[in-house]
Amino acid sequence: MLTCKEITELVTEYAEGNLSLMDRLRFQMHIGMCRNCRRYVRQVKATAAALGLLPPPETSPDLEQELLRRFESWKKARS
Amino acid sequence: MRSATPTGGDAGLEDSELVRRVRAGDRSAFAALVRRHGGALLRFARLFVRESSAAEEVVQDTWMAVLEGLDGFEGRASFKTWLYRILANRARTRAVREGRSVPFSALAETEGEEHAVDPERFDARGMWRDPPVGWTDETPERLALEAETRQVMEAAVQALPPAQRAVLVLRDEDGLETEEICNLLGLTVTNQRVLLHRARTRVRQAIEEHVRGER
Repeated sequence: MLTCKEITELVTEYAEGNLSLMDRLRFQMHIGMCRNCRRYVRQVKATAAALGLLPPPETSPDLEQELLRRFESWKKARS
Repeated sequence: MRSATPTGGDAGLEDSELVRRVRAGDRSAFAALVRRHGGALLRFARLFVRESSAAEEVVQDTWMAVLEGLDGFEGRASFKTWLYRILANRARTRAVREGRSVPFSALAETEGEEHAVDPERFDARGMWRDPPVGWTDETPERLALEAETRQVMEAAVQALPPAQRAVLVLRDEDGLETEEICNLLGLTVTNQRVLLHRARTRVRQAIEEHVRGER
């Protein structure tokens, strides 16, 4: 039987699908019975998913203009 | 921003189609690619060079290299993968030139042992003594939408050691696959996994501390 402490160290391997079948079953058996670990696992997964919803930084309009200007030069040099 | 070039029709096109159009000299297709990947590319550049203007320069160099190399791009890897590889190479070259190049693999080594949760929170049998605090809403959407929690997450990511931050940004914020992350950052799979675990659990911890502080 895994301990709660072990669950907190295996949570990423579990969420990323890296655990062997046996370890996965042991992990699931523990969280099936332990409300606190269920909560912990849910929180780590939600954190990872929430990070994916953060917007990337915005590039400055100046950079975009500069890139388009350079695109024109590149195009001219090609033709 | 408003651009002189309308991109309306291009925004929904696949990268491969946009690349084909850029090759043919289509400015609006190039603008669409820049808009689609620009923000994530800048975020990626900041993993190598933290100063904002320097990161923008790396991004600019990368796009120029994309144009120069476009004819040689065969589409075996996705455009995004190719783009990121170019940026990683450019950023590394720049770092070496400026004499401040520490590979992520070396940084990973120095980031030391740490626990996902303070060991004091478990009893002698390894069971919770001080269990995780419940959050009002544990859905990702709520966490990302709620301004305060978002700030807590963003600050926690910024405070991560560099190798942890790099792995977390690429895996969780950008959604890259493990193998690609290892290639881009020069990490072993084992290193990548450990770093991701530490990073995620640190960010979760920051949210928990924020929630506790509110009570």
